[in-house]
Amino acid sequence: MIQRVFRGVSWSILAIVFACTLFAEGFTHYPYARQFRELPNAAPSTIHLLGTDDLGRDLFARVVYGTRVSLLLAPAAALLATAIAAVLGGLAGLRGGRLESLILACADLLMSLPLLFVLIALRAFLPLGISPLLSVVATFVTLGLLGWPSSLRVVCAASRNLRQSDHMLLARATGYSNTQLLFRQVIPNLRPIFLAQFWISIPLFILTEATLSMLGLGVMEPLPSWGNLLRGCEDFGAMSANPWRLVPLLLLVITVICFQLILHSSEEPA
Amino acid sequence: MWPSLRPAILLLAVNFAASSHAQAPAELHFCLHGEPKTFNPLLVDDEASENIRYLTGGVLIRVNRQTQALEPGLAESWRVSPDGRQITFQLRKGIYFSDGSRFSSEDVAYTMRLLMDPQTHSATGDAFRSGSGTVVVKTPSPYIAVVTFPAPVAGMERLFDQVAILSAKSPKKEQSVLGPYYVSEYKAGSYVLLRRNPNYWRHDAQGRQLPYIDTVRLDIQRNRDIEMMRFRRGELQLVNRVDAQQFDELKKENPAAARNAGTGLDGEELWFNQAASSTLPDFKKKWFQSTDFRRAVSLAINREDLARVVFAGYATPAFGPVSPSNQFWFNAKLPAPKHDPKAALALIAGAGFQLQNGTLKDSMGNRVEFTLITNSGNAAREKMATMIQQDLSDIGISVKVVTLDFPSLIERITRTFDYDACLLGLVNTDLDPNSQMTVWLSSGENHQWNPNQQTPATAWEAEIDQLMREETSLANEKLRKAKFDRVQEIVAEQQPFIYLVNKNALSAVSAQVIGASPVALNPQTFWNIDTLRLDPTQQIGSKQ
Repeated sequence: MIQRVFRGVSWSILAIVFACTLFAEGFTHYPYARQFRELPNAAPSTIHLLGTDDLGRDLFARVVYGTRVSLLLAPAAALLATAIAAVLGGLAGLRGGRLESLILACADLLMSLPLLFVLIALRAFLPLGISPLLSVVATFVTLGLLGWPSSLRVVCAASRNLRQSDHMLLARATGYSNTQLLFRQVIPNLRPIFLAQFWISIPLFILTEATLSMLGLGVMEPLPSWGNLLRGCEDFGAMSANPWRLVPLLLLVITVICFQLILHSSEEPA
Repeated sequence: MWPSLRPAILLLAVNFAASSHAQAPAELHFCLHGEPKTFNPLLVDDEASENIRYLTGGVLIRVNRQTQALEPGLAESWRVSPDGRQITFQLRKGIYFSDGSRFSSEDVAYTMRLLMDPQTHSATGDAFRSGSGTVVVKTPSPYIAVVTFPAPVAGMERLFDQVAILSAKSPKKEQSVLGPYYVSEYKAGSYVLLRRNPNYWRHDAQGRQLPYIDTVRLDIQRNRDIEMMRFRRGELQLVNRVDAQQFDELKKENPAAARNAGTGLDGEELWFNQAASSTLPDFKKKWFQSTDFRRAVSLAINREDLARVVFAGYATPAFGPVSPSNQFWFNAKLPAPKHDPKAALALIAGAGFQLQNGTLKDSMGNRVEFTLITNSGNAAREKMATMIQQDLSDIGISVKVVTLDFPSLIERITRTFDYDACLLGLVNTDLDPNSQMTVWLSSGENHQWNPNQQTPATAWEAEIDQLMREETSLANEKLRKAKFDRVQEIVAEQQPFIYLVNKNALSAVSAQVIGASPVALNPQTFWNIDTLRLDPTQQIGSKQ
């Protein structure tokens, strides 16, 4: 019962946050990039609901647009990573043998590389002239393309168990074709695993983007994202003087918790 | 009973006095921002080692960091020959190294021989290399040293501020020093402990031997935020080069600790890639090579806003390569920087650019847009780039700001030349423009906008080359200044570097330190280390 309530609340919060970001233009009075240079680090007021950042930009507008960027692209990256993990992990687990060893070896190799350094290196190879929007898409696509190995291992283990299960043996014995096996047995049985991996990946990618932006290597200025908004929280002294600047952090924490609660409740037995 | 207690009470009183004395700060604490690469003063080429050299090395001539004038050090007096090739030092008598060995002209000769030996690979020695041939050092007496160079060395006396004299006889070699302190302990990655040189030659007006402070502990701390946090906790007593935002916060908390020495030597600037070997399209090369384009960009940038918003007012708009704090070399006749977008548009219109629906286009119809790269992790520089982005959008120029990790950025600006414009800062440690030869000569590798040219690409670069070469060969400071003034005028006219701001020299000094008088030049807070005192009434660890 409590799980259901948590789940409902989490879905509601996420729905509100998503709605705000999708219809950002209706909520904000100012463009996110406009600098009110006479008002840097202004306190919240009726003109600037969350005050301004250190360049005088409206923080509310930046939070709303930044949430759009992070919250729309992180699930897309998670979907990409989960899809790759599902295809390769499923193939490895169901076929077994050398193919499984090869795919797992590739996953291990990728996991052994420090993701952050790989991202920094790849970021350096991106052409300089691309637009901020394209750069953020490229960042999340890269995250998606590199973020599948841990999900793959989970999917592979589940597929292997499925391959060795009695009902798969029975399905084969009753004459199911490979396509029928895939759609009637494999995908329905692995669906909870895919969903779990998808939900796990979203906050992970949001945090990775935030880390990249904290290093100044994430989303390009002036486009906001949670990551580069969190850079404003680096200076503890400035934070204590302007506590409203913690709003992006608060929003990130709430969103990640909501994702975790939804994931947790979806894993509970019905 | 009472008489028998008296000795005990006396003992307690003595112990109390001793303990209160022990609590008085016996050590000065501050940080090095990196591992010292060497303790050999001749091989110094990093800031941490340079600080150690300053604290331990005895030099013949010292540049007073406050007045920027030359002062006698180990040499009582000196004389430079009219042709600028020879310098004669009259040395002080009765001076001893920290290990007790006597100082004489033999030590000067030994140091100069080592310094100028190509095998030593000394960056300090390179500054003296003015022509082919060997440096001859003669020692007609134990207290006279005559150094003759193969060709005139411009600003020769000032260069000796960097030459710490080594002992020719001491078996300890570079561990035997003539400066106020010697290196007592070094724990890699942790700290360097310096102790008072018992044979230091300087005395105060009352005849007391300097320095006053017995030990100096230099903690190796790269993280500036942690350094400031430790200062606030009272664990450190001096902090150099404080960030403007942190300085502002400190000033609110503790105004006496926040010291602003005014405009510093360090500057921030941007430049356009004009390298012939770059892979930029021809139309972009044409923009960047256009003086009017560069001047228009310069006019469109609001430097006052950069100084006020990014540096909390602790910076000065810049327009030339020399900071106003460099009293001798600054050309005060240069026009003050202006922010005038209308004048920028008028100027750029004359060069064939047109503003159409808020977008600037060149005569071929290409939209004027470029990428501005800077190094990631430098919040101030990223903010400046974002503000420049908005300023230039006012004249229809679209700027994309890209932050790159430092190695990638250096790769692009020095090897591949795959970039449009770059925003970086210059850290100046030397007042003399000779230290910037590789920046100004068109053949120089630090001639960032178009480095390593076989022949000067433009007439004005050829003129700068000629002026710098002439300036280097002159011994007369006034003539040198006239030449370099002209260089500054050309740079202001042509704007190969668009100078943005000169940051203020901000530092933090604890109330425990008496006699600190921070200056713009390095080392800002401890340039007068030998006359600094620690207040015995203040305890280490007490809040600032």
